[in-house]
Amino acid sequence: MLIISLNLMESYYDLLMQDVRFEEGLKACMNCGVCTAICPAAEFYHYDPRKIADTVQSKDNDKIISLLKSEEIWYCGECMSCKLRCPRGNTPGLVIMALRTLSQKLGYFTESEKGRQQLAIKRTIGENIFKYGYCVAAYAVNPEMHPEQGPVWNYIIEHSKEVYERLGGRIDELGAGPLRKIDEGAKEELKKIFDVTGGTDFFNTIEAHSRKKASEMGLQFDNNGIDNEYFVEVFTANNNTHTA
Amino acid sequence: MKKDGKKQIWSEYQKEIADDHFFYVRSCIRQSFFPGSEQFFLHFMRNVLGKDVFENPSHTTCTGIGYHGDIVPFSTIMTVVARHFALMKESGYKNIAISCVTSFGIYTEIIETWKHFPQELEKTREYLLKATGREFDIPENMAHTSDIIYKFRDEIAKMAKHTLINAETGEPLKVVEHIGCHYSKMFPRSGIGGAEFPHVLSGLIEAWGGEVIDYPERRHCCGFGFRQYLVQANRGYSISNTVKKFESMEPYKPDLVLTNCPGCNMFMDKWQYTVREMDGSVYGANGESIPVLTYEELAGLVMGYNPWDLGLQYHMVQSEPLLRKMGVEYDEKDKYRTKAGKQMPLPQNLLNA
Repeated sequence: MLIISLNLMESYYDLLMQDVRFEEGLKACMNCGVCTAICPAAEFYHYDPRKIADTVQSKDNDKIISLLKSEEIWYCGECMSCKLRCPRGNTPGLVIMALRTLSQKLGYFTESEKGRQQLAIKRTIGENIFKYGYCVAAYAVNPEMHPEQGPVWNYIIEHSKEVYERLGGRIDELGAGPLRKIDEGAKEELKKIFDVTGGTDFFNTIEAHSRKKASEMGLQFDNNGIDNEYFVEVFTANNNTHTA
Repeated sequence: MKKDGKKQIWSEYQKEIADDHFFYVRSCIRQSFFPGSEQFFLHFMRNVLGKDVFENPSHTTCTGIGYHGDIVPFSTIMTVVARHFALMKESGYKNIAISCVTSFGIYTEIIETWKHFPQELEKTREYLLKATGREFDIPENMAHTSDIIYKFRDEIAKMAKHTLINAETGEPLKVVEHIGCHYSKMFPRSGIGGAEFPHVLSGLIEAWGGEVIDYPERRHCCGFGFRQYLVQANRGYSISNTVKKFESMEPYKPDLVLTNCPGCNMFMDKWQYTVREMDGSVYGANGESIPVLTYEELAGLVMGYNPWDLGLQYHMVQSEPLLRKMGVEYDEKDKYRTKAGKQMPLPQNLLNA
């Protein structure tokens, strides 16, 4: 597991500056608010990217730690519309990505309902990467978890062999083509890349802090899979305080 | 106005797109939801234009959905993408053709990062060598596959069996285009027409006879928002943003939504179903939903391909209203047949069916 021990004298701003996305994403914010005006998340959630940029550039440790534990850093959809419009060349979306990364490294993400959802993303998209070699694969999009996909998706999953065969798909077959089976060698290389670059440690950090939080919340937690109380809680819980 | 000056300004929005010899990288979402689109692209390039497009089966996810879901570190995704570049180098290619807007944005972000922070490039080279023993070169030319269709749009127009003209009224069909945020909002110079005058889809619509609809929320996000869709509790964000777009385009009575990004295509197709289930709203004319097509699907229809071999029957919004307007003849009995011609059961409760 990735352990970051923070010296009490160390600045959270300096920790953020270790992330090149933060260095690239925040030069000097003049608080014009154009990012907030263009932001889809600001329309939906109690969210103000201008305020986030201003808080972070204050370099105030207490304010930054509050952000790292907050709901609001999880509201951004990373559409990056803000990058295009900022007259100073800032990208609040990149600042958010750096804040989210640090929040997970320090274990603060479990302090918020939206932050706790990181386990759900790790257990679905993250596990798909190692299992299938894809982030998203047709057979991994469970109709029960995705009712919005509608009856056509149920149909496609029920008749997947015939449906994909007609369209050129190669489910469970090696070789080129859509939905091909990724060979074990390629998946092993992906795994080694995660090991060498800190991706595996990052996954383990999400797991360890989530396990601890599940214990605090008195919820059942399994080390694998989605059939446990904590996963269901983080995947579905909505305290209805997030939206405007 | 001085035409030279205008020409100079416009030159900033041009993009060089390679002509041949592409290393093709698939999209997790496009191949899962619209596999016929990717197969049409390869067929068109290889068999119609005679181009060399190579696919390495060892190519995997770029991990982009995980990266924008904030579970995959930047160093990790840079190294995964570097492995793709290594596969390209080993196969002898220098031009990359990317089938996914999320991947396209990520490849662009990574290459830009390496320019601004050379130490990140060196670190990535070390990581890749250590993890896989591979070495890589940065592509000389990088295109989204829609860029390539754009490059050959006039060739498609010359071969067209159907155009975007209403076969009954003779009027141009009204088409909404949605290019997807990560195509050019992050790095405008990477997209045709940049972010201010994106032409990658509107150029296709114009070349094939249609009318591009300009509407207030034309550049608004489709609503994906990565974690805002991936986690069930957040999907209100996703559908609300899609509704905002559909309510904005509705008064213009679009005949078709044309998309660049496979994720946007999925959301703008599927959320129309969900909204109708929630409150009965439909956004097309005559109480119909609006068909949402990929650029490959539309190119295929224009060139006269069987819509059921392109996979249009596997969208939630069925495309028959559009097919009738375009004058496309289709065999209803062939719609849900297997490759071998065996009749399959009929799906129920699809839109426009």
